[in-house]
Amino acid sequence: MPDFEPIKFEPITGRYFTMNVDGDPVRVYVEEAGAGTPLVCLHTAGSDGRQFRHLMTDPAVTDHFRVIAFDMPWHGKSNPPVGWEDQEYQLTTDLYRDTVLAFCDAMALENPVVMGCSMGGRIVLHLALDHPDRFKAVIALEGADRLEGYYDLEWLHRPDVHGGEVAAGFVSGQVAPQSPDEFRWETLWHYMQGGPGIFKGDLHFYWVDGHFDDRSAKIDTSRCPVYLLSGEYDSSCTPERTEATAARIKGSSATVMPGIGHFPMSENPALFREFILPVLEKIRS
Amino acid sequence: MIETIMDRVNKNAGLVRRGRYVTLDFLVGIGDVDYIFRIDRGRIESVTPRTKAMVTGHFSIRAADDVWAEFWKPMPRRDYHDLFSMFAAGRAQLDGDVTPFMQNIRYFKDVLAAPRPVANKPRPVTKKEG
Repeated sequence: MPDFEPIKFEPITGRYFTMNVDGDPVRVYVEEAGAGTPLVCLHTAGSDGRQFRHLMTDPAVTDHFRVIAFDMPWHGKSNPPVGWEDQEYQLTTDLYRDTVLAFCDAMALENPVVMGCSMGGRIVLHLALDHPDRFKAVIALEGADRLEGYYDLEWLHRPDVHGGEVAAGFVSGQVAPQSPDEFRWETLWHYMQGGPGIFKGDLHFYWVDGHFDDRSAKIDTSRCPVYLLSGEYDSSCTPERTEATAARIKGSSATVMPGIGHFPMSENPALFREFILPVLEKIRS
Repeated sequence: MIETIMDRVNKNAGLVRRGRYVTLDFLVGIGDVDYIFRIDRGRIESVTPRTKAMVTGHFSIRAADDVWAEFWKPMPRRDYHDLFSMFAAGRAQLDGDVTPFMQNIRYFKDVLAAPRPVANKPRPVTKKEG
């Protein structure tokens, strides 16, 4: 028998379960690693939980946090609800908030930290506003309380344009030029694999329904601390929009990450950990 | 820089393959000068200054000289590093029949970025063992 090297499995485990979202049972996929304070990670629009794989293999994180990333319904390895074939997917603020709360309830998570990127970075601000006592802290990566769309969403789902190619083509400019090519392309691969119309449906929340700059000032950071971190090269949640959001949320902390784009955890994990580890340390202490 | 595009694209077999369904003319405006790019199945046949008003190409992408100069640097500043970032920041304009552009978005973006020298970036982090 040949002398095989033993497999070095990553410490990430993935499982499925069925939870109720908006009255419908949906089979969802969840990955986790580590032990300690629950850290729920919310992926960007049109992608899935694989974006957080580097945090899940970093002992500096997993020694203290139980890192949990689930694929939103319709994304990654999670199913859409039964009957999806006749629906147009469109994420709203209420549906997104209810989905994250349903997930935390189903997993019986007590006082978790929730960290989201892009649309995930937006919904964590809504959670801090509406449910400040349920979360130990929220971390908004590339998240702001108001954004302006800069491309026509109709191009994302039509029969004469490949949805995966055009989604990756749109967001490739959201990866900083400094990021390693290996991780740039892995980040874009996730976009190429999204279901038809899903990125577009997510952006309905991100660019249309989720604005709340009129209410974000009501977030009580003494009950739920808010950390905002955005990449220098982000063209949607720009450093300026992040700082404007931070100015409205009294007591929040804002960091602009030089040399990073819209996908810090997946496009440049080595650089991102320099910014996120101090935040996690602060939340722990 | 514009003069390097044709050679760099045509020597890039992967990029030519990506554009194998592209056969058309399009226009690139660099400051006050318009260029017509003629593409045949992903290969650039010619890049020539536009001389006639009725020669327009299917679509046009225009930006100022200094915007393209920054775009073609190895490590451009933000808002200059990508066509869509340039559109978002109002530094470049896209006009005309954009359907073929959108259908082949990754091809056209990389054609226009072709003059950019390869940046000195960290090597891939994932190591192949053995």
